[in-house]
Amino acid sequence: MSSSKKIRVLVAKPGLDGHDRGAKIVARALRDAGMEVIYTGLRQTPEMVVRAALDEGVHCIGLSILSGAHNALFPRIMELLKAEGVDDILVVGGGIIPEDDIPDLKKAGISEIFGPGTTLQEIVEYIQANVKL
Amino acid sequence: MSVTELVDGVLSGNRRYLARLISLIENEDRLAQDALIQLYKHTGKAYVIGVTGPPGSGKSSLVTKLTAEFRKRSKTIGVVCVDPSSPFTGGALLGDRIRMQEHSLDDEVFVRSMGTRGHLGGLSRAASDTVRVIDAFGKDIIFVETVGTGQSEVEVIEIAHTVIVTDVPGSGDDIQAIKAGIMEIAAIFVVNKSDYPGADKKVAEINTMLDLDPRERAWRPPVLLTNSRTGDGIAELADKLQEHLKYLKDSGMLEQKGLQRSREELQSIMKYKLTQELSQKLQGKPEYEKAIRMIAARKKDPYTVAEQLIAEFLFSEIR
Amino acid sequence: MDEKVTLPDAVKDWEDTEVKSTVARFPERQEHFKTVSGVPINRLYTPLDVEDVDYQRDLGFPGMYPFTRGVQPTGYRGRLWTMRQYSGFATASETNERFRFLLEQGQTGLSVAFDLPTQIGYDSDHELARGEVGKVGVAIDTLQDMELLFNGIPLDKVSTSMTINAPAAVLLAMYIAVGEKQGVSMDKLRGTIQNDILKEYAARGTYIFPPTPSMRLITDIFRFCSEKMPLFNTISISGYHIREAGSTAIQEVAFTLANGIAYVTSAIEVGLDVDSFASRLSFFFGSASEFFEEIAKFRAARRIWARIMRERFKANDDRSCMMRFHTQTAGYTLTAQQPDNNIVRVTLQALQAVLGGTQSLHTNSRDEALSLPTEQSVQIALRTQQIIAHETAVTDTLDPIAGSYFVESLTHNIEKKSLEYIEKIDAMGGATVAIENGFIQREIHNSAYDYQTSVDKKDRVVVGMNEYVVNEAQQFDYLRVNPQAEQEQIQRLKEVRSRRKDDEVKSALVALGNAAKGDTNLMPLILDAVRVYATLGEICSVLRDVFGEYKAPDIL
Ligand code: B12
Ligand SMILES: Nc1nc2c(ncn2[C@@H]2O[C@H](COP(=O)(O)OP(=O)(O)OP(=O)(O)O)[C@@H](O)[C@H]2O)c(=O)[nH]1
Ligand SMILES: [Mg+2]
Repeated sequence: MSSSKKIRVLVAKPGLDGHDRGAKIVARALRDAGMEVIYTGLRQTPEMVVRAALDEGVHCIGLSILSGAHNALFPRIMELLKAEGVDDILVVGGGIIPEDDIPDLKKAGISEIFGPGTTLQEIVEYIQANVKL
Repeated sequence: MSVTELVDGVLSGNRRYLARLISLIENEDRLAQDALIQLYKHTGKAYVIGVTGPPGSGKSSLVTKLTAEFRKRSKTIGVVCVDPSSPFTGGALLGDRIRMQEHSLDDEVFVRSMGTRGHLGGLSRAASDTVRVIDAFGKDIIFVETVGTGQSEVEVIEIAHTVIVTDVPGSGDDIQAIKAGIMEIAAIFVVNKSDYPGADKKVAEINTMLDLDPRERAWRPPVLLTNSRTGDGIAELADKLQEHLKYLKDSGMLEQKGLQRSREELQSIMKYKLTQELSQKLQGKPEYEKAIRMIAARKKDPYTVAEQLIAEFLFSEIR
Repeated sequence: MDEKVTLPDAVKDWEDTEVKSTVARFPERQEHFKTVSGVPINRLYTPLDVEDVDYQRDLGFPGMYPFTRGVQPTGYRGRLWTMRQYSGFATASETNERFRFLLEQGQTGLSVAFDLPTQIGYDSDHELARGEVGKVGVAIDTLQDMELLFNGIPLDKVSTSMTINAPAAVLLAMYIAVGEKQGVSMDKLRGTIQNDILKEYAARGTYIFPPTPSMRLITDIFRFCSEKMPLFNTISISGYHIREAGSTAIQEVAFTLANGIAYVTSAIEVGLDVDSFASRLSFFFGSASEFFEEIAKFRAARRIWARIMRERFKANDDRSCMMRFHTQTAGYTLTAQQPDNNIVRVTLQALQAVLGGTQSLHTNSRDEALSLPTEQSVQIALRTQQIIAHETAVTDTLDPIAGSYFVESLTHNIEKKSLEYIEKIDAMGGATVAIENGFIQREIHNSAYDYQTSVDKKDRVVVGMNEYVVNEAQQFDYLRVNPQAEQEQIQRLKEVRSRRKDDEVKSALVALGNAAKGDTNLMPLILDAVRVYATLGEICSVLRDVFGEYKAPDIL
């Protein structure tokens, strides 16, 4: 073990969605909790998200979608990760995700979905408790 | 994962292994050193270009455009971006990659962001080891981006063969900053954001400053204008970089720099090892703790104690 | 004989005696009170707080410069605001049904929400559109979709607002072409295109082209409409999205007006006379939680804009100085928890907008934080407006809240603080530069972060979310967009492509591309292209090739 081990997180905005208020404050909260955070910016394809996550060696991918495209894009990202043989990256999501969609997203491999009203502390704690370092 | 697996993975061009090895380097994992030992002979091929300058001056944008230009010239590219970690929380927003998205799916481009963290061996170790493994991985050109403030960045940048110092029009104050710190190491000055008013004036200012330097120089740093939005001036900059590399080779500077670096690196690794060794040995020793209390109480002085402890714990076996 | 006590002494006396003793026994809820914009709120306001305000100079009369008290001399006594619910989802036909429902329910104007591929200039079969078609707005690829969208809705009878920015010229052209098919000439068309690219870069995210060509498209529209569409609002300079992205009320005003200044400057630079286009500029603000600050904000915005137009741009015509605006209640204040509470929030926010003298209003639905609104929810939202309009009598006099020491003082303060921001932005070189260097985004983000942490720490109570929480068996019946819509839309697009005359399309697109390289007005060429059923994606792709694409600074 070494003292310089740090949780690295990719906060990503897949798809055409421009709602970035939530993603940006989550990114900032993770940084303030001592993590190294890479934010992708808007309009990322699933391929771009996965490439960035792998090259950057992140422990966690945080996906944010408020535009209803989660059912198409989240599972696609999980597929690509699987195809790369990745099983040690924690993937969480946030945004406007209807309750009914959550079971399938979890089945696809998303660990947790955080909706409106979640405190930043809850998100930080969840990631700290669940990443594999 | 075994060292052999890692090393073979990196040498076979598998970016997953490269990414993993960099993480191990960042975490100061023992495995990383073992891999570096084996990879060492495969390094020394890449052309390393440092890019430094004030925050927001367009370093990342410039690297992106240069990457596009060198891709056109059939070069493969690695990028290491260093951002400061918060001294309070240790966290960092690694914001450079965002500018480099246009190459994000190019297999011949590898981008890695790093926080300065509180590295025991100094940031330069982690960053230079990272550059080294990207070199072994086979990238032709490796950019290292750091914000041009502070000593540790200057150190990092010293691993580069060529250093570009960026600036922007109209920011009168940082001429001072350049003078104070990184002026010495710049091989090329770039006034980026040439679309802003005052660009030519800035170029003139830097040239004047360079002219004031009385030293004899075979390479007088050129001052170039670029626009990292439109790409204006980028091809010229790429030419200049290649020219500088050629100059380094022809003048023997490259070899000289290599020797210098090896010397410095050896020294710094030895220093690091010694410090580590010593602190491990002293860790939790009652006489160590006692000595500290005595020093604080002015019953002993730190100078004598230091020599005694080093002699006793580090060199006892040797004697 | 008592000497007459001066007001300052009287106030001090009250503070020292009454207040002090009460506070000693019953401390106030907080040590300091301030608005979300950071303006301190005093315990009490008196005439002392409005000493700087000169009635004639600063307030004046409704319909007269500087329009603080409203832009119409008879206010809502003459005509009520336009009730305009932003809507659109799935295909054009499904959205057409929703439009007709709303009109039947007494809505007085239309407001079109487009899906993201449309807003970003991709056809529904583009690979980047996958999963996004019709999800959060209606998908429009060709003139045919636009025909379906307004099927049975006579364009000379409604005013239509279209939230479209980067490809605004294309959708405006399609709207004109639908009018032509209905026999309504373009000079009769009423409505608004948002056409505000700067706030897309800063806060909303549906940009395509870089600033310079984007500004050119905007000024092309200004010119075209000033000649041919006198009733159409050529832009809706929007603070709403800036606010929703996290800004404070003061930042909302400042950044919006800074953008406004940039547009007017560009138009003047290309040779337009300020009075030829300025009266067709319109604005759009949010109405958030803090009752008085919001009302003051609307009044301050009108006054600042009037002064900017007169003093900075030398507008002669009073109508050029007149800020007309649309308002929407603040989505970000609405909660997923106990969604019915949102009805109450929206009611108050709508009332603020009306007291602030808005020209048109969208009231958000209770299911805001869950999905696009259901028909039932949107009906309640519309009824909210109707109740305010018809039952409260707040509409029977003009600017009823004027003269409140507090509101006038706030109005004054907001004006002052906004102008400080605007000066700072001017010094940077204007709004475009302040956006490109990320200043505006950073300010907005910092405010958003402060807001979130104050909610997380419960410094700011959000009823039903961080206090008064109940365990909900959350089964709200939210709207599901027809999952078939994407395939149906792609199918229709294919059919249109196979039926149209390819050579006509090709030559229209080539002509457009050539014109884009020069400086002729692009509106007529875009109109030619949509008439022959060139797709939105094709038109935008021609322009992308010439103009390039914008790269966001994505400041964190
Ligand atoms: C603010 C807002 C906007 C702003 C966005 C500004 C910006 N730069 O972000 C503006 C006004 C520009 C906007 C525009 C649009 N919006 Co909007 N918007 C909202 C609104 C009101 C609030 C979202 C918000 O920022 N909340 C505050 C933040 C802090 O919360 P949050 O994002 O939910 O984040 C929290 C969690 O979700 C989670 N989280 C979020 N991201 C992440 C990431 C990670 C890694 C983790 C762990 C957690 C996490 O943690 C956060 C903290 O609690 C919502 C409704 C609502 N009340 O939620 C509609 C909403 C999202 N918008 C909607 C729509 C339709 C649009 C438009 C597409 C409309 C149109 N047709 O043009 C446009 C287009 C925008 C675009 N380019 O994509 C719909 C989406 C419907 C759907 N999904 O079915 C909503 C739900 C409103 C509605 N009911 O109609 N919008
Ligand atoms: N107008 C103009 N803007 C530029 C130019 N180059 C970069 N920018 C913009 O300047 C901002 C900062 O650019 P970056 O490339 O992130 O600068 P940086 O030096 O890497 O920034 P840090 O890593 O944060 O220190 C971005 O918004 C860029 O788009 C240029 O030549 N002209
Ligand atoms: Mg950078």
